Amino acid sequence: SRSRSTFGQSLLGLLGAGDLDEDSWEEIEDTLLMADLGAATTTEIIERLRSEIAARGVRTPEQVRALLREVLIDTLDPTMSRSVRALPHGDPADGGKPAVVLVVGVNGTGKTTTTGKLARVLVADGRTVLLGAADTFRAAAVEQLATWGERVGAEAVRGEEGADPASVAFDSVQRGSETGVDAVLVDTAGRLHTKTGLMDELGKVKRVVEKRAQVDEVLLVLDATTGQNGLTQARVFSDVVDVTGIVLTKLDGTAKGGIVFQVQRELGVPVKLVGLGEGADHLAPFEPEGFVDALLG
Amino acid sequence: MFDTLSDRLTSVLKNLRGKGRLSDADIDATAREIRVALLEADVALPVVRSFIAGVKDRAKGAEVSQALNPAQQVIKIVNEELVSVLGGEGRRLEYAKNPPTVVMLAGLQGSGKTTLAGKLARWFAGQGHTPMLAACDLQRPNAVTQLQVVGERSEVPVFAPEPGSGVGDPIDVARRSIDEAKRNHQDVVIIDTAGRLGVDEELMQQAADIRDAVTPDETLFVVDAMIGQDAVSTAEAFRDGVGFSGVVLTKLDGDARGGAALSVRHVTGQPIMFASNGEKLEDFDVFHPDRMASRILGMGDVLTLIEQA
Ligand SMILES: Nc1nc2c(ncn2[C@@H]2O[C@H](COP(=O)(O)OP(=O)(O)OP(=O)(O)O)[C@@H](O)[C@H]2O)c(=O)[nH]1
Ligand SMILES: Nc1nc2c(ncn2[C@@H]2O[C@H](COP(=O)(O)OP(=O)(O)OP(=O)(O)O)[C@@H](O)[C@H]2O)c(=O)[nH]1
Ligand SMILES: [Mg+2]
Ligand SMILES: [Mg+2]
Repeated sequence: SRSRSTFGQSLLGLLGAGDLDEDSWEEIEDTLLMADLGAATTTEIIERLRSEIAARGVRTPEQVRALLREVLIDTLDPTMSRSVRALPHGDPADGGKPAVVLVVGVNGTGKTTTTGKLARVLVADGRTVLLGAADTFRAAAVEQLATWGERVGAEAVRGEEGADPASVAFDSVQRGSETGVDAVLVDTAGRLHTKTGLMDELGKVKRVVEKRAQVDEVLLVLDATTGQNGLTQARVFSDVVDVTGIVLTKLDGTAKGGIVFQVQRELGVPVKLVGLGEGADHLAPFEPEGFVDALLG
Repeated sequence: MFDTLSDRLTSVLKNLRGKGRLSDADIDATAREIRVALLEADVALPVVRSFIAGVKDRAKGAEVSQALNPAQQVIKIVNEELVSVLGGEGRRLEYAKNPPTVVMLAGLQGSGKTTLAGKLARWFAGQGHTPMLAACDLQRPNAVTQLQVVGERSEVPVFAPEPGSGVGDPIDVARRSIDEAKRNHQDVVIIDTAGRLGVDEELMQQAADIRDAVTPDETLFVVDAMIGQDAVSTAEAFRDGVGFSGVVLTKLDGDARGGAALSVRHVTGQPIMFASNGEKLEDFDVFHPDRMASRILGMGDVLTLIEQA
């Protein structure tokens, strides 16, 4: 069988008229499918590449590769704003309000870790941060976030196990406003988007927080290993809490995270951050160019 | 876009109805649709390829059934092949001749190992065993605390001599857990380990060292049903790095098609032993290949299509 070497190391075959031979098209298709772009998106990208090749003409495999890279980057819309809105409204020491960030997603994607890492980035930037441990469900979730708080130098507001997550979230925003922190980051329990009860609960968390403060950012944490189900996750979470940004975690592994092509395009919500490991400093801004280069190998 | 495989097949195979036998063209047209359905179910591409090749072979050589039209006949073959790959040589857990039986859990970060540890403990206890949990994830913040809570909920003792969160040697804890179990007459030890990536050589070596310290009777690879194309590289990395004797598929309570089941099974040949389908201790079942097959193909409607012969 053909090797599954990454696209970057492969040889594309060019036909006389400047089109690609069948094997080369298949190789490009394989690269995209194996990166979790999904069958439909892969077909679309290939169609776009075909018409670009026809329109512009190519002479070398390098040109084909460059064109594919261009099409992929363009599909990710590099013009989208990817800044995380985690800065306070006015000066908190002087009546201003903290930024409020809500972190959501299905089970085990990396929400708590991302919350900790984001706090680290803000603290390193000279900001004060308060963590809200609104996952009162999973065993030791509160302790996990509190440990992150100690690690990065941020106070954590803890709820009792089994406490109402909405009230813990409210309390943390309340406390953050009183103590005048720059940002309140609220970690929520993992929940599958198919569980309507749990999704209603999440909707309530946001509504209750909004009674006290504006929610500036709702980050949906997607695991890069996730396949086509990621799109459904993103749709449902967006319906319930109006997601404003995606965090793509575990990109330090072999998974490419190609589901974000569909997610970004369908929801119009940009990927803002990527997780590159379990450590406090393993969080980086999402850069379409670098992401596509890693995808093409 | 059609939502389900049966919709797509019905549309592509409209013209085939009434024909008496399977032509190569019929089979090819069907195979293309099945390929897309499997890809949408997150079956890994190399696995899709080899699976379809197998199906085509069988379809071409198949006896022509009077009762089924060509489309139905191909679907029937696909379904049978899926069930057979997913379930081939199902087996029971291996128990040690001299207790304790050691079950080690391994997998990517967040796949559901610690939660599974509690479920397994409860399951073993329900079978009359006296299980114990060993806290060998000393890396993830509060993984030890999490296992302790899980142990409390499942009413099973937890061996957790080290605080974790970066402190303690997991290999040493694993080794000592066996003595501890012998001393207290616990006949099953379930070893919870840290999540690790296939490409993390250092942590993979640590997993192999834990394995060597306890020589598990079963090493279970715990994999999230939502995983996509990466299932193959990850399963291969765990197979080569630590080795496993069985697979547990988690988070099946969602709506992911779970093509990973086919990928992992196909690539490693190891049986899928259990299904984890919720966050609570009781959300746990032995694996049912037939249910998984219709789930991957797009639920029961495919089989209904066959029955409408
Ligand atoms: N390799 C790697 N591991 C990560 C990354 N982000 C998180 N993890 C790990 O993934 C696992 C799950 O992370 P958590 O932060 O607990 O995930 P969560 O979404 O809060 O999980 P629940 O609250 O249980 O739903 C942990 O072992 C983390 O250390 C990442 O970017 N790379
Ligand atoms: N819905 C659902 N959630 C699950 C299932 N199994 C585990 N979880 C959840 O998935 C998240 C991660 O589970 P853990 O058991 O902590 O996963 P882990 O593999 O031990 O994670 P690390 O130790 O960080 O690598 C938690 O929120 C669990 O409650 C399942 O079958 N269904
Ligand atoms: Mg969490
Ligand atoms: Mg764990």
